[in-house]
Amino acid sequence: MNDMIIPDLVERELKVVGTRPLRPDGMDKVTGRAKFGADMHVPNMLIGRVLRSPHAHARIKSIDASKARALKGVKAVITADALCDLPSEFVPAGEMMVNFRDITRNVMARDKALYEGHAVAAVAATSDAVAAQALSLIEVDYEVLPHVIDVEKAMQPDAPLLHDDMYTIGADPKPEKPSNIAKRVEFGFGDLDAGFAKADVVVEREFTTKPVHQGYIEPHACLASVSEDGQAELWCTTQGQFIVRAFCAKLLGMEVSQLRVTASEIGGGFGGKTVVYLEPLALALSREACQPVKMVMSRTEVFQASGPTSGAKLWIKVGATKDGTVTAADALLKYQAGAFQGSPVQPGAMCAFAPYELENVRVIGFDVVVNRPKVAAYRAPGGPIAEFAVESVMDEVALKINMDPVDFRLKNAAKEGTRAPYGPKLGPIGLVQTLQAARAHEHYAAPLKANQGRGVASGFWFNIGGETCASLNVGEDGSVAMVVGTPDIGGSRASLSMMAAEELGIPLEHVHPIIGDTSSLGFNFLTGGSRVTFSSGMAIVQAAREVIEILRDRAAKLWEVPMEEVEWVDGHARFTGSGEAKSLSLVELAKTAGKTGGPIIGNAAINATGAGPSLATHLVDVEVDPETGAVKILRYTAIQDAGKAVHPSYVEGQMQGGAVQGIGWALNEEYIYDDKGRLENPGFLDYRIPVCSDVPMIDTVIVEVPNPNHPYGVRGVGETPIVPPMGAIANAVSHATGVRFTDLPMSPPRVLDAIDSNQAT
Amino acid sequence: MASVILSGSLQQLAGGDAHVELDARNVKQLLRMLSERYPELAPHLEQDSFAIAIDGEIFQDVWFAPIEPDSEVHLIPAIRGG
Repeated sequence: MNDMIIPDLVERELKVVGTRPLRPDGMDKVTGRAKFGADMHVPNMLIGRVLRSPHAHARIKSIDASKARALKGVKAVITADALCDLPSEFVPAGEMMVNFRDITRNVMARDKALYEGHAVAAVAATSDAVAAQALSLIEVDYEVLPHVIDVEKAMQPDAPLLHDDMYTIGADPKPEKPSNIAKRVEFGFGDLDAGFAKADVVVEREFTTKPVHQGYIEPHACLASVSEDGQAELWCTTQGQFIVRAFCAKLLGMEVSQLRVTASEIGGGFGGKTVVYLEPLALALSREACQPVKMVMSRTEVFQASGPTSGAKLWIKVGATKDGTVTAADALLKYQAGAFQGSPVQPGAMCAFAPYELENVRVIGFDVVVNRPKVAAYRAPGGPIAEFAVESVMDEVALKINMDPVDFRLKNAAKEGTRAPYGPKLGPIGLVQTLQAARAHEHYAAPLKANQGRGVASGFWFNIGGETCASLNVGEDGSVAMVVGTPDIGGSRASLSMMAAEELGIPLEHVHPIIGDTSSLGFNFLTGGSRVTFSSGMAIVQAAREVIEILRDRAAKLWEVPMEEVEWVDGHARFTGSGEAKSLSLVELAKTAGKTGGPIIGNAAINATGAGPSLATHLVDVEVDPETGAVKILRYTAIQDAGKAVHPSYVEGQMQGGAVQGIGWALNEEYIYDDKGRLENPGFLDYRIPVCSDVPMIDTVIVEVPNPNHPYGVRGVGETPIVPPMGAIANAVSHATGVRFTDLPMSPPRVLDAIDSNQAT
Repeated sequence: MASVILSGSLQQLAGGDAHVELDARNVKQLLRMLSERYPELAPHLEQDSFAIAIDGEIFQDVWFAPIEPDSEVHLIPAIRGG
């Protein structure tokens, strides 16, 4: 069941925005015609493969590739020397500040392999079989080093050191010795001691979460072609063709304009395709071979060498009075970054208590390197981990003071004007509305049976804007080609086309969306941060308004009247002056464009600001089998503030997808390592993501509290839905069993152990 | 003058100052003034990716976003997302 609650929508009457048309790319995707990363083929194409470290931590003493190079059919062999060795400094790459020293070393190990699966060499050959044989002929002399996987062990002074030049940023006093702690962050305000002194109840708990993979079905794949004059083309599956261009150009020593990157259709990304792995290697191999090179990761490689999100150790302490007022909240977060700094502990720390209005709050976070693959973004990076722990403790506080958990959250809910724990005051947000919708929902009052429990949790994510370009090209028949630079992951072709049609006043079927390559538009930041319908939508609206100005001007010239006396209504220029009524449609104006001033196009190049946070509340019912520890999700309702749901079906799809990924994170998914630091479950058989039979229909309720900074009130919706599930499910399992669950995943053996331990005490 | 709030790690790098009044008219001026006043903060303002919240609205990489004389300004880490 999918519901919508619309309190104060934008005033204008909308004809397209808010409806549910078929998506423009739907037919291609259901018929198999859509071209994904591995679908590209060109003549004379070579196949590239990567040799990966079998060790979690090892010094590379030497690499002898002479036998591989001599093998018939091998056209190129590269090691780290094929890429630029870049200094450790944060430099702009597109819109991001990144440390290219780390990126180049993650793409290909230099002096040390830092995790099992770390690339150490790559080959391009005439066939996959020859490439595989060539890999077996490369001799790497490793000095195996002690490794560290656990975040707390990595923080110890005697832990194996991954980088001997890493000194903790943000530590006071400045450390004199290097460590695996890359950064310390702290947010908060108020007087914690005074706050806890006022509390009638204090709950303090430790939690752990495991690294989990984004689980995109399509593996990383690309095809690179570098010509003899240095011009290069790259087709790849990515969330941001412009970021791929920026990263690859830097690593290959190219000018960005030498490299044209085209994003294929994408079979899931969820943040994991915001970085580069194969792409620089394919370009380097193609440059050496002077032939196109295609590379596709196996599923094992995806797990071993592409970014999961962090595992973490968390400590949360919350105090409240008997009337349900939270008086103080404190948190310590330790996030694994993988082999290079840059875990999402910073946004995790900022999000942790963001759904609450607090007077006394502190969050301290540590970014810690370990011998695992470098983490990559995963939907609301950092938020779900911290908010799982916070929502668990909030639930326990509510239980201790005998208060309904929704009422407890309503009493302390962040709202417009609340000072967020990271400093600024929040603008209009819809958390209260989601909580009210939860309390009023039939689900919340439905009866439960034995061994069943209900959980509730809320979640916060910021959302972002960023650099965005878009173009609308009016054809001579009045159809409109819409070019955007952000890959379509969650239905953005549909949402953006709808805003174009709404602005221009034309039928949606006359707007044809295209995802442009890097030579067709100015820079676009990637599809991430739930920004596309917000940012590209703003750009499309601006471009459409530019088109309308041109159309009004052309009509005014044809009618020989001032432009001020021409308005644009329902896809037509209309004369508003005195005298005979006149009207020209977009189609009519497009037909004569060549004679009235030339082609009609609208362009926009903006840095979108004003993204509004999106908040959600989830309800879940579970049943726990006391004999096996298996947890079954019986019922799930996701409620979220979307600002304005441009295409409600795709908003609901985001909410449902986030909830299901959260169910996997909560119940099953985890990286399991052996004592040598080798991943034991690099495949979907042993790393179990939810399938249809594991989950019920995810019911949704869209709340619309418009974002005043967007022409249609849009907020990003893609990330927030993965924030509440782990807390909600942990709370439900705890209520079903009477045991508080603090470690993810709540897999059957872990749940059974907890039940048995509880019964034994 | 605009009221600039520094918290957590930034406050440490600013010698413990939690609050400073600056006559900055836009983000670029603000960053320059902070760098001049707090040399230890300067490399972080250059190297790290910061967002500026002006009266609650977050601006990322927008040097010329205006700051009013009575604005409340927070420096926060940039948000990227997935």
